Amino acid sequence: MTASESSLRRFLHGLPGVDQVGAEQRAASLGTRSIKTTAKAFAIDLAISMVDLTTLEGQDTHGKVRALSAKAIRPDPADPTCPSAAAVCVYPDMVATAKDALGSSGVHVASVATAFPSGRAAMDVKLADTRDAVAAGADEIDMVIDRGAFLSGHYLEVFEEIVAVREACSRTDGQAAHLKVIFETGELQTYDNVRRVSWLAMMAGAHFIKTSTGKVQPAATPPVTMVMLEAVRDYREQTGQMVGVKPAGGIRTSKDAIKYLVMVNEVAGTDWLDPDWFRFGASTLLNDLLMQRTKLATGRYSGPDYFTLD
Amino acid sequence: MASTRSTTARAFEYAPAPESRSIVDIAPSYGLFVGGEFVDGHGKSFKTISPSSEEVLAEIAEADEADVDLAVKAARRAHSRVWGRMPGKERAKYLFRIARIIQERGRELAVLESIDNGKPIKETRDVDVPIAAAHFFYYAGWADKLEYSGYGTESLGVAGQVIPWNFPLLMLSWKIAPALAAGNTVVLKPAETTPLTALLFAEICQQADLPPGVVNIITGAGDTGRALVSHPDVDKVAFTGSTEVGRAIAKAVAGTDKRVTLELGGKAANIVFDDAPLDQAVEGIVNGIFFNQGHVCCAGSRLLVQESVADEVLARLKRRMATLRLGDPLDKNTDVGAINSAEQLAKIRELSEIGEQEGAERWSAPCELPDHGFWFPPTVFTGVTQAHRIAREEIFGPVLSVLTFRTPAEAIEKANNTPYGLSAGVWTDKGSRILKMANALRAGVVWANTFNKFDPTSPFGGYKESGYGREGGRHGLAAYLKGGHA
Repeated sequence: MTASESSLRRFLHGLPGVDQVGAEQRAASLGTRSIKTTAKAFAIDLAISMVDLTTLEGQDTHGKVRALSAKAIRPDPADPTCPSAAAVCVYPDMVATAKDALGSSGVHVASVATAFPSGRAAMDVKLADTRDAVAAGADEIDMVIDRGAFLSGHYLEVFEEIVAVREACSRTDGQAAHLKVIFETGELQTYDNVRRVSWLAMMAGAHFIKTSTGKVQPAATPPVTMVMLEAVRDYREQTGQMVGVKPAGGIRTSKDAIKYLVMVNEVAGTDWLDPDWFRFGASTLLNDLLMQRTKLATGRYSGPDYFTLD
Repeated sequence: MASTRSTTARAFEYAPAPESRSIVDIAPSYGLFVGGEFVDGHGKSFKTISPSSEEVLAEIAEADEADVDLAVKAARRAHSRVWGRMPGKERAKYLFRIARIIQERGRELAVLESIDNGKPIKETRDVDVPIAAAHFFYYAGWADKLEYSGYGTESLGVAGQVIPWNFPLLMLSWKIAPALAAGNTVVLKPAETTPLTALLFAEICQQADLPPGVVNIITGAGDTGRALVSHPDVDKVAFTGSTEVGRAIAKAVAGTDKRVTLELGGKAANIVFDDAPLDQAVEGIVNGIFFNQGHVCCAGSRLLVQESVADEVLARLKRRMATLRLGDPLDKNTDVGAINSAEQLAKIRELSEIGEQEGAERWSAPCELPDHGFWFPPTVFTGVTQAHRIAREEIFGPVLSVLTFRTPAEAIEKANNTPYGLSAGVWTDKGSRILKMANALRAGVVWANTFNKFDPTSPFGGYKESGYGREGGRHGLAAYLKGGHA
């Protein structure tokens, strides 16, 4: 089905449609689950372990990245039982600094690549961007797709680009960085597009599919993430291969994060309740999770001054 | 993904999240609400229990013929002296007030309904109570605009209304709101297994200073209902319930000048075409038959699925059903609550056994049933044909019969091949097909790419053995105004 533009198009357009009203209702109804006490404690720790702690700003410095890395390793210095975050997510030029700061902590370095966030650059530039980040030690590459190509129906072009970037993720030691493919669903807009691009990316070899760069509004939303969770669930059913999902941008509170975990649990299934298969791309979420965690443990709310600003 | 990571997926168990019962205050016994006051009945009393635990909740007075007569007299008096003469815009004020009190006491009503009926708090909180309030708001708006209704402005008089146990407060609002807006007074009998929210509504009428006798609530079983609908001074009979009782009511009022609307049973076809948005269709199937434990007259109890996608739809449906949470109706995460009564449970079991005997294949979602109370797991029968009793008779429980079809013409034929005609659903991405199906299906409501959606502005009612007359919308006023034709 990826042999030609037309066969790929036929396949993607043959996927069952997504009814917007129905999908949004289902996502909203999952959001009404009431997660309390032990379930909440479980969900908060799981969410912390799934955070890709992110800084993607023009003003990023090595100092900032080192501070963020320290935070990712020990999110709550006052409580050693608090899990580490999953990864630190930075621009390619900061990968070496992050790698150095994270050392053997087990926290991964993720790097955006391929002319993030717009993806508007020549192919060889995008591949060089990727190779740079991999060579500097990135464990994970968060690439952006060419939304222009997708929206103009050049599906094969998008497909081949993902395949090429995945190849560029190879390291000299025979290993390869894992590839997350960012769709920027806020630009693709329809749920039908989200389902199609999810399948396209999975068939091209994505290890993870990711909603957004965080630079476009709306970023991650529950219904978009739900459609992607349905896609990875169906893809495993058909191929036996598991692909991860990462909503990114706009998830700021523990309450939001828990709603996403409920969705993972009930739509994709418990196998995805693992940092290897589900991540949150976020910068401010972590501190809210820590505050809620402390509140659950002590029964008291404490102020933001009791949690580190990274 | 990386080998260094040791976390393994664990089950995400939801801790109990019960809604507190402390907001409701259930009295040990209740009388009848007649002429604006609670009075003792002349008859015996009966008990109402919580179907999820079999706990006795209260003793309820059973109205006998003399009580019914007193209630009808109170309603007549209120109609001729106060309510029938009151300008519409004044009546509207009372209805708006009632609507607001329903909203204000929403949590109390939701908890009480959940306890008495067995349905999940999620549904009473998000569906029953908000839509009940919406009905009062909607018809409050009509009260001073009846001249634009097309049915005149003259009320009928006293309405005798008998409602079922599946949506106790919601059916009460469907009955009382249009009747009062049009200037009628009512005597309403809630079902014997679910009288508590109607009695709380009586309190709300007092709180709203509704003139005495405009709303009268009498409790009891079949005999009380019979006495009410056959009372000679009742001008209008409105009934929602079983086709069997509806038929008896039609006989009882034949030859009188009473007006009647009946909203009876159903065996709705939920039709899934091969181009349907499958994940949403599965949600619609689940919502169509497992919403309110399938105790829904318009439930999508017959799934008609195109053969080319039947296996895929069924696989998705079963996977989805395995995530349904059955249990304590007051737990905020419960999706499927208790069956309303031992009698109803026996009927569901009987028809399910007949389904198996007739050769259909039964599959139930894997879920543990509580030890006490009345429970039935969400169940699907495959290999069902039109000749099976479970494809023809209303089960009124969480039991879905799955049939297949090959072409749109066959879908229409099978969908219409039923003595009922209350509702139907169509799932397809093709707009033109939706319009064609909506024209061809003989059902009062046809839902397209959704199911079990209710709105006060939309008329609801059936064809054939599903009854006659419409409730909701402008059409709903026809039943309560002299110029209406129902």
